[in-house]
Amino acid sequence: MGASRHRRCAVLVFGRMLESQVAETTSTVVEPTRRDFLFIATGAAAAVGGATLVWPFIQSMTPDAATVAAGAPVEVDLAPITEGQIVKVFWRGKLIFIRNRTPAEIKAAEDVNVASLRDPQPDSARVKPGHNQWLIVYGNCTHLGCVPLGHQGAYEGWFCPCHGSVFDTSGRVRGGPAPINLPIPPYTFTSDTKIVIGQEATA
Amino acid sequence: MRALGNNIMMKRTLLIAAAVLGLSAPAFAAGETPVPPQLKWSFHGPFGTFDRAQLQRGFKVYREVCSSCHSLSYVAFRNLAQPGGPEFSEAQVKALAAEYKIQDGPNDAGDMFERAGRPADHFPAPFPNENAAAAANGGKAPPDLSLMAKARTYERGFPWFVFDMFTQFAETGPDYVHAVLTGYEEAPADFKVPEGGHFNEYYPGHVIAMPKPLSDGQVEYPKDANGQPQAPETVEQYSRDVTAFLMWTAEPHLEARKRIGFQAILFLIVLSGLLYFTKKKIWARVGHSDLTTHQA
Amino acid sequence: MSQHPTTYVPKSAFGKWFESRLPIAGLIHSSFIAFPVPRNLNYFWTFGAILVFMLVSQIVTGVFLAMYYTPNASLAFQSVEHIMRDVNYGWLLRYLHANGASMFFVAVYIHIFRGLYYGSYKAPREILWILGVIIYGLMMATAFMGYVLPWGQMSFWGATVITNILAAIPVVGDTIQSLLWGGYSVGNPTLNRFFSIHYLLPFMIFGVVILHIWALHVPGQNNPTGVPIKSGKDAVPFTPYATIKDIFATVVFMIFFAWFVFYIPNYLGHADNYIPANPSVTPAHIVPEWYFLPFYAILRAIPDKLGGVIAMFASIAVLAFVPWLDTSRVRSTNYRPLYKQFFWILVADTLLLGWLGAKPPEGWYVIVSQIATAYYFIHFLIILPVLGFIERPLPLPNSILDSVMGVKGGAGLPTGANAEPQSKG
Repeated sequence: MGASRHRRCAVLVFGRMLESQVAETTSTVVEPTRRDFLFIATGAAAAVGGATLVWPFIQSMTPDAATVAAGAPVEVDLAPITEGQIVKVFWRGKLIFIRNRTPAEIKAAEDVNVASLRDPQPDSARVKPGHNQWLIVYGNCTHLGCVPLGHQGAYEGWFCPCHGSVFDTSGRVRGGPAPINLPIPPYTFTSDTKIVIGQEATA
Repeated sequence: MRALGNNIMMKRTLLIAAAVLGLSAPAFAAGETPVPPQLKWSFHGPFGTFDRAQLQRGFKVYREVCSSCHSLSYVAFRNLAQPGGPEFSEAQVKALAAEYKIQDGPNDAGDMFERAGRPADHFPAPFPNENAAAAANGGKAPPDLSLMAKARTYERGFPWFVFDMFTQFAETGPDYVHAVLTGYEEAPADFKVPEGGHFNEYYPGHVIAMPKPLSDGQVEYPKDANGQPQAPETVEQYSRDVTAFLMWTAEPHLEARKRIGFQAILFLIVLSGLLYFTKKKIWARVGHSDLTTHQA
Repeated sequence: MSQHPTTYVPKSAFGKWFESRLPIAGLIHSSFIAFPVPRNLNYFWTFGAILVFMLVSQIVTGVFLAMYYTPNASLAFQSVEHIMRDVNYGWLLRYLHANGASMFFVAVYIHIFRGLYYGSYKAPREILWILGVIIYGLMMATAFMGYVLPWGQMSFWGATVITNILAAIPVVGDTIQSLLWGGYSVGNPTLNRFFSIHYLLPFMIFGVVILHIWALHVPGQNNPTGVPIKSGKDAVPFTPYATIKDIFATVVFMIFFAWFVFYIPNYLGHADNYIPANPSVTPAHIVPEWYFLPFYAILRAIPDKLGGVIAMFASIAVLAFVPWLDTSRVRSTNYRPLYKQFFWILVADTLLLGWLGAKPPEGWYVIVSQIATAYYFIHFLIILPVLGFIERPLPLPNSILDSVMGVKGGAGLPTGANAEPQSKG
């Protein structure tokens, strides 16, 4: 204990000696300033190098080539989906609802006063022209990502069991904490009964 | 430990087929194996790149010859279009992939089904599993070729391995693969080749299970403007081309690696120069440099 | 590190408030800014900083690799190939990590031999030295387990051989072996636990490194003369003098590192490890990574399983006793003409052992291995203790400053007498 205290004292003395020595030296030599070109150049080069080094590490966390390649569009056959049925498919690991709407459901969706909605959107903007029986939306609640239950809630669209968000038969939010409507994935009809998800119609 | 000791005691041989064929590798078998000739590869050295046309020809050799027995499981069709490789066009790759049948599934009925290949698919293996591959090839499954050019080598020995560090000689793998492909010969009269084996000058132990795979004129190469093949249709050229292709499959980012490496090292040299002068300037403040007086 | 806020005075009010609650700025200031560094350190003293850089580099690249690596016997090899082929810059991360291990050992060997040459293990730095030996041991365990992870042929058979070595330990050997295996042989559970431990050990190394630096900062650094700091004129403050020199040396080392990573990334590896692990086929020639080769040669030099294992562990453990095996009162080999020759013979002997470790244990290789192994132990157990008694060292300089200024030793001049000529530069 005594020895270590002694050593601490010794270092303390050295420290003071050093400071006085450096002070003495600096007074006799032309002190290079921090604005010295060499220091700035070196610092800048080191900073650029450091920043560049970070790049591959960040890049390595982005989706890799195999994941990107596997995200190619998927084809779905609508023929087996009966009226009123909701089918779940996956594209890029994301859940998608495909709903074959009944005439009553379509009517309910179209008859809404759009202006009164939280996220105003007419039903016609949420389906492809000529295919308005087919509603295709992402299957995760826009609140915090739970999967809403189909044919439930006040509007018979979807009801999210997590926090009570309510969606109508057009997938539009009608109640609860969800801020926006269920989003529409990119897709296109290749025939009356076939769609390709992940590919927008080319004009 | 004693058994392991015995294993260790075997002189370095590069493949194990000798053992598989029931030969106990004699201690100096590899010593008799000649050193593969060193070839000039386009991908050697700090600025090395692949020759696109060569990779495309090499792929043709793989596809028409090797692929009937050897898989290429780590390579996807899409890789053939990526920069730094054979660089086929996207459309070519899409068409090529579609020529292959890929097993997919299960479908909604629970059945596996076959569909046309897509660029994201990997090359399908010629055999459903390793046992099937072994059964169809005299008991030894033909190895996957994806990494072959990096998974084989030969011993360089002292002092060459020291020089290699400076000359960046890293092509023992390709040299070896090429040597084996061109090394099929008549066995010397006093050398007994066991049943199912083939004599190969460069294969350690000289007895290889693979029959001579290439012969002159076997693969048709694309024609140039004069209607001549763009490279000789010979075993020698096929071997070089397919080896270059296998080097690419083993190291698909080789070109990017060397390019980025040059930039990185150049930058580090500049930075170290700047740091050297900065250090000198700072140390000038205390007078004498940091050099120790070394008593001789 | 032990010197608590001495000269550090926080400038801002917040700084004062913070410092009185957690005096970390003062700790950093006294350890890495005001800390007195002998002014005559040569570039061999920059390897401490280089090693810190390598440790951080290994941890960072390792953490990113672990985002893609799968420690499962049927997926590990494939996941490494996925990193090499599909992950953006994955090839760079993996080559940095694999070659980084080798660079770590290059640096640590220079660091260890520097310590041996300049007597940096002598009192009062024995604990510092022993902590270093512990770090070295942890590094070897980490590197060995890391090499198993790609699950190639050399991974699998290396793991088999090394776990069999441990089985030679009397009484507990079999238990240790089955605890490492988690089964009846090297297999999936082995790979899983090796990954877990491989991820853990670097952080333990980090902890011991902190102790190592702490133990260094109590007596301060040794220097090429071995003469301790006697006055402020013998030393310079850590920052900027040592800092800039360490940074410069680290960047030069990075050039060396980059050469391997970008141009010959597989030079230090084994071709066999690009073949997936196959428990039914042993590679013809099992060799460990280059940094284990001298110990591997010692293991094989003894024609007895247990004896070989004891010799191998003893060859590392003997390092921990060097502070007491060396009886010389002079630290630096610069002033020990006789020991200097033996030092270089030891370096040559170690290199020879390394070369022999890569050779098959047959013929005259075995005999040379045995001679080299014997010499290795003779150096530490006989030459080192005996030399201290019979050697006549050269006169030491009175101080570091005298040595820097070229004043020959033994003159007995008071330091102050030649402290003036400082106006150079």
